Amino acid sequence: MTSLGIVGYGAYVPRFRISVEEIARVWGEDAETIKNGLGVQEKSVPDKDEDTITIAVEAGKNALARAGISPRTVGALYVGSESHPYAVKPSGTVVGEALDLGTDLMVADFEFACKAGTAAMQCCYGLVKAGVIDYGLAIGADTSQGRPGDMLEYTASAGGAAFVIGKDPLAELETTCSYTTDTSDFWRREGADYPSHGARFTGKPAYFHHVTQATQLLLGKLGLKPADFTAAVFHMPNGKFPTAAAAGLGFTPAQLERSLVVRRIGNTYSGSSLLGLTNVLDAAKPGDRILLTSYGSGAGSDAFSFLVTDRIIERRDKAPATEAYIQDKQHIDYGTYVRLRRKLKV
Amino acid sequence: MVESVPLSWRLQRQRYNLIGTRCATCDERFFPPRNFCPSCRRKGKIEPFQFSGRGSVESFTVIRVAPSGFESQTPYAVGIIKLDEGTSISGQIVGDVTRVEMGKRVRPVFRRIREDGKEGVIHYGVKWALEG
Repeated sequence: MTSLGIVGYGAYVPRFRISVEEIARVWGEDAETIKNGLGVQEKSVPDKDEDTITIAVEAGKNALARAGISPRTVGALYVGSESHPYAVKPSGTVVGEALDLGTDLMVADFEFACKAGTAAMQCCYGLVKAGVIDYGLAIGADTSQGRPGDMLEYTASAGGAAFVIGKDPLAELETTCSYTTDTSDFWRREGADYPSHGARFTGKPAYFHHVTQATQLLLGKLGLKPADFTAAVFHMPNGKFPTAAAAGLGFTPAQLERSLVVRRIGNTYSGSSLLGLTNVLDAAKPGDRILLTSYGSGAGSDAFSFLVTDRIIERRDKAPATEAYIQDKQHIDYGTYVRLRRKLKV
Repeated sequence: MVESVPLSWRLQRQRYNLIGTRCATCDERFFPPRNFCPSCRRKGKIEPFQFSGRGSVESFTVIRVAPSGFESQTPYAVGIIKLDEGTSISGQIVGDVTRVEMGKRVRPVFRRIREDGKEGVIHYGVKWALEG
């Protein structure tokens, strides 16, 4: 059977950063306590002319460059986000035109809290495997918002990652599965500016239960154990949750370390686990096996197993590394952050 | 003031992908696209040409009092970019205006150009970011 999987991948993280210290200063909180509690130092902030669409385009360009394919051979584009700029008008229409994907193209926007991007990957994989399309482009991108003063404000950030799914991959997709329930741990009603969440309820019955179940389901299907993986990537709402979930499942800190981009850019929602994956791929070797388990509130988890191929060597340097975006940064104060994120109503 | 949706739609390929034209006879490139070569005239042969967008800042100014639709973006830099593939193009240079200098290398980035109030269309297109 022909090998299918990730043909090209691309990351994008906006330049601005705001530190936990700066947010804590405004709200009279103790920064060290929050940094230790969340495992996050600073988060990315989009510029005033950046949104989910512009982030998706930049990540998409990088993915196409690595894939080395004509954009017109992409047959499906799915953009996953919880911050699509329009309530009605798909982000994918703009992204497809900006990436010059042509008009013979299936497009839809996905929304499943922080796992809409991995859901997009699963759909592209299904279409390629069925022989309906040659290549699919799956993107997870967000410019997430936290209510001022809420704990979410320390982590809700912006960024995205894109994946060309098709034949002759740099990372073969061995299999994927999902675990889904009706669990209201985090939500945002139509028209509301900020999401609401169930505080501690977002932990055990939500994040940990779904991530653990999806990962165990995947391991069972493949007959693998944690030690069979070179690296593991879990959704990163903060720095603590993925570390605890990985330990509970039997993964070591060394397997998780490279994926933990959350410490320096925060939770990029639909881009979160995917930016962990792009950072792992940037350093992967042929033969490496990588686990990816996302989490989307509401709630569900998508788990994947990837086997890195020789193609990684020739394609990796065709676009900027995730680390290049993380290190290219400019710190801003809370006032600037309030302006950029349009938190002032004038 | 809002920008006409049909007008914006007609300019999309230029704004999104820097599609200009070139004269196949003398290789001169044009942006915005021209359908007639002023040098070759009748002998000219015009065809579409996609610019990579890479170039350098030829000149720039900082806008502090913006026209309608751009108020939320001040201060911002507008420059003339000398493209590597020939011709110059005017456009917005993103990021910190104090870092913009003549001669600096730039690369294209996809950004929001303007939005027509809270309920209108969002217009997207290419702007420029300083390299390095």
